[in-house]
Amino acid sequence: MLDVEAQEPPKGKWSTPPFDPRFPSQNQIRNCYQNFLDYHRCLKTRTRRGKSTQPCEYYFRVYHSLCPISWVESWNEQIKNGIFAGKI
Amino acid sequence: MAHAAQVGLQDATSPIMEELITFHDHALMIIFLICFLVLYALFLTLTTKLTNTNISDAQEMETIWTILPAIILVLIALPSLRILYMTDEVNDPSLTIKSIGHQWYWTYEYTDYGGLIFNSYMLPPLFLEPGDLRLLDVDNRVVLPIETPIRMMITSQDVLHSWAVPTLGLKTDAIPGRLNQTTFTATRPGVYYGQCSEICGANHSFMPIVLELIPLKIFEMGPVFTL
Repeated sequence: MLDVEAQEPPKGKWSTPPFDPRFPSQNQIRNCYQNFLDYHRCLKTRTRRGKSTQPCEYYFRVYHSLCPISWVESWNEQIKNGIFAGKI
Repeated sequence: MAHAAQVGLQDATSPIMEELITFHDHALMIIFLICFLVLYALFLTLTTKLTNTNISDAQEMETIWTILPAIILVLIALPSLRILYMTDEVNDPSLTIKSIGHQWYWTYEYTDYGGLIFNSYMLPPLFLEPGDLRLLDVDNRVVLPIETPIRMMITSQDVLHSWAVPTLGLKTDAIPGRLNQTTFTATRPGVYYGQCSEICGANHSFMPIVLELIPLKIFEMGPVFTL
């Protein structure tokens, strides 16, 4: 029960977003928003260059884990309608 | 959970809460000693037959009762700051759960693997089964594993709320437009209760929080549904 090492996930397997030293404080809203932006910027750049978008999945998993889904849905709706305020 | 006429803190279910209880005992002992000393001095002053005609110019006493309280305050502040920084330690969580406050219920999102999103409403009195706790039990509990560092992201969809579970030493405000992070590690399995801790309207007292902590191996078997 108390064997901590046995309970850690195998290396390379995703568990949850790690600590990000860029956002050390209690309010993680910037962490969530930055990863959302980074995901879409990564998608846009790599699609433009004709490369695989698989590396962008990291940003997707981070913002998916951190951001409330209602926020994500509303941002996606805004992107679809061309009224998203962030720079992608 | 709290019991009727409870005066003290609930038993700890996380290492931070254990530290907080120890600190509370330490600070309370200092308070009791000072109160007892003052009451004793007051008692002596009120019950003596002697009259003191020289009640000025007591420099030594003045120095002592200035320096000594300063030292006592430092003795209280140092453990307090130690616990404060301990709660902010970087502890590499294994699981992230989002808790979103609404008027007047909580939404929980488990989105590390896939998407499990559900609402947690208080059980109305008519829906209580025998043995259920009035104003505390909910329809869907938050099921979590023990002995794993868990990160809670707390926010609100409308007004201020506060997500509190006393036995884990947690109370974090749910503020619209802000995503507050708090982390904890539970040390023992069980069902733990908390209540919304920021006034949020008519049913502020009727949106409790219930955590069901289970062994990690059972948690890993898949989504656990409460019936």
